Amino acid sequence: MRLRRHMRIIVFPVLIGLGLAGLCHADLQTAGGDASSTADHGAFKILKREFKTAPEVTEACLSCHTEAAKQLHQTTHWTWEYKHPVTGQLLGKKHEINVFCGSLRSNYQRCTSCHIGYGWEDRDFDFSSERNVDCLVCHDTTRTYVKPSAAAGHPAYHDITRDGEIVVENDKPLRAVDLALVAQNVGRTSRFTCGNCHFYGGGADGVKHGDLDSSLIAPDKSLDVHMDAAGLDFSCATCHTAEAHDVAGSHYSMQARDEHGIDIPGRAYGGRASCESCHGTRPHPANVNNKLNDHVNKVSCQACHIPSFARGGVATKTLWDWSQATLKLKRDEAGELVLNEQGRPIRVVEYDEHGHPSYMSHKGYFEHGENVVPEYHWFDGQIRYTLLDNEIDPTETVSVNSIQGSYEDPDARIWPFKRMVGKQPYDKQTNRLLATHVYGPEDKTSLWSNYDWIKALEVGQHEAVLTGEAGQEFSGEFGFVKNEMYWPITHMVAPGKDALNCAACHAPDGRLAGLGGFYMPGRDSFPWLDRIGLIAVLGTLGGVLLHLLGRILISLRKPS
Amino acid sequence: MKVMIYKRFERFWHWTQAALIIALMVTGFEIHAVYHLFGFEQAVNLHIILAWSLIVLWAFAIFWHLTTGEWRHYIPTTEKLMAMVRYYSIGMFRDEEKPYKKSLSAKHNPLQRLAYLGFKLVISPLIWVSGLLYLFYTDWPALGLEGLRLGQVAMVHTAAAIAMLVFFIAHVYLALTGKPFYAYVKAMITGYEEIEETKTPGKNS
Repeated sequence: MRLRRHMRIIVFPVLIGLGLAGLCHADLQTAGGDASSTADHGAFKILKREFKTAPEVTEACLSCHTEAAKQLHQTTHWTWEYKHPVTGQLLGKKHEINVFCGSLRSNYQRCTSCHIGYGWEDRDFDFSSERNVDCLVCHDTTRTYVKPSAAAGHPAYHDITRDGEIVVENDKPLRAVDLALVAQNVGRTSRFTCGNCHFYGGGADGVKHGDLDSSLIAPDKSLDVHMDAAGLDFSCATCHTAEAHDVAGSHYSMQARDEHGIDIPGRAYGGRASCESCHGTRPHPANVNNKLNDHVNKVSCQACHIPSFARGGVATKTLWDWSQATLKLKRDEAGELVLNEQGRPIRVVEYDEHGHPSYMSHKGYFEHGENVVPEYHWFDGQIRYTLLDNEIDPTETVSVNSIQGSYEDPDARIWPFKRMVGKQPYDKQTNRLLATHVYGPEDKTSLWSNYDWIKALEVGQHEAVLTGEAGQEFSGEFGFVKNEMYWPITHMVAPGKDALNCAACHAPDGRLAGLGGFYMPGRDSFPWLDRIGLIAVLGTLGGVLLHLLGRILISLRKPS
Repeated sequence: MKVMIYKRFERFWHWTQAALIIALMVTGFEIHAVYHLFGFEQAVNLHIILAWSLIVLWAFAIFWHLTTGEWRHYIPTTEKLMAMVRYYSIGMFRDEEKPYKKSLSAKHNPLQRLAYLGFKLVISPLIWVSGLLYLFYTDWPALGLEGLRLGQVAMVHTAAAIAMLVFFIAHVYLALTGKPFYAYVKAMITGYEEIEETKTPGKNS
């Protein structure tokens, strides 16, 4: 056993390249060899064989963990579907559209690279298949289990190269995965495994959420006081507790106000994915001004304790304008095409002053931000989505998801959000958002293969009609509508000393300047009352000054 | 004849109250975003401490007024009221005699009585009640006050604070209209004032 472990330690650096060697070496001694585990998966005969495909590994897993796949089949990680109990909307990645890549429909194998399954390549994917559940993507501890971005969830079975070089996606070289090695080293989930998908949503590091990116793999205390790698070192699952593989804390139905307080046995309330689960409902030490504790009723913890997001050095996308996605090729001063080494024309790519891409032919125009100050809104935990069969008003900005809640709503509190804006295609005749066939290198109809919006929308929308997401086919007439999308900010919790002070909001031009419907001290006033007050005070002052002047003049005239 | 017209407690109460009210106005108008001095949080902290101090002081003052019968000095009267108005607006400039003579049984002139009564029965209670409601905003549901709006309470509190400032300006100015100009202030400090007393001074009852 010791020998095998030594062997692994020796073999490893060779497998994964020198750059990651130190990191993985440490992992094998900690996460992979989880001291709290009662099973060393490296000792299981069933895992000591060659695996050609990942589903074979799952079969091996299920031979002992007989219920695991059935459990996962019940979760949104698998179904990508969520029926909202209050709004009745059928949500989930399977049904929603977003302002980033649009929708799952017709782009399956690209989007489903982050599905916890294997082979969701089209609408006929078999959701009852147990062997297609991906155990390794969450339970890998070797950090060698990589899924290429367009393999419908399968890992790399062979080295993926371009022009003789190993392709690197999201900082991970796409080398052939040693499935046996990964299987023998399964362990608990980690910031790394969860981050494999949740940090890279929208196509690259930090693009979607703003409060989730690769800087959280090993954050310092100032970036995240809980996940601080040198301190508390929480993993995602420390808060996102799981029961039968069902992970608590989904944004499809958030608890914007947790009144249950600390979750102790007998009082537990569906997991630990709220600040109150550990900190209770009166988290601050009482002092003269006990308003911090009082604020718990109307202000989320996140509002003050996450002063800005995208703080770890990774920028998040804040604007995505699809209307500018069209083939632009690099030309020299004479107007001639510039060719690369292979003799092919080069697409135009532009970067902003911080080095973030600002224009790509196939994606359009972008803006990125770091240390972004959130927007604040009343939020009761519900988000309503504009789905493909909802009518829109193309003259207005379309809220692709809208945050529910108001001051009057006792369940609502003020929450921080990332507001993502941009433009996306809609059907000018039906006034509905359209599904775009973005990805599909083989079929010549996808936007990214031929830059023809009409074809891409026809195919994308047709797929959406076939799956029932949309009621009408693409009419042939499209435009681009301004959109916005809100992302609740709840990670990257700063240390207490960095939390917002009172005046950040209690000021006329503070962070809550735009939040109407209620009176807030320091921000609001009654202009008429202030005007009357000013007149009264100045009038009184003027009166007494005149009176004083009179007295002085008279005393000068009649010196006594 | 020089007599002790303002008792030791009365003087303590008056000047402590003056200091507290000035400080409350300074912090209060900062909270109202009129200017920036301590910073919002510090201003709120100070305002709360000062408010509680003033409430304690008032508790003692009310007790004192009731037990000593001093409250009678605020009973309003119309006698010589117009004469005082005329004195402040005309007589004072003609060097006329003040139409009202202070006595131990009536140490405030009719205008003062009205002003102080207004201060005690209108401005102070408004400030007090609205301020406590403001402070205990989060407990409104428990107190059955769901219907109340914070804006309404803030409006009353601000209005009363403005009235307090107006009172303060006029009060300070009029306190400096003695002969010599500091005579009244000096009396409020030492307690003694020269008064013409026809009757033998006795205990207030």
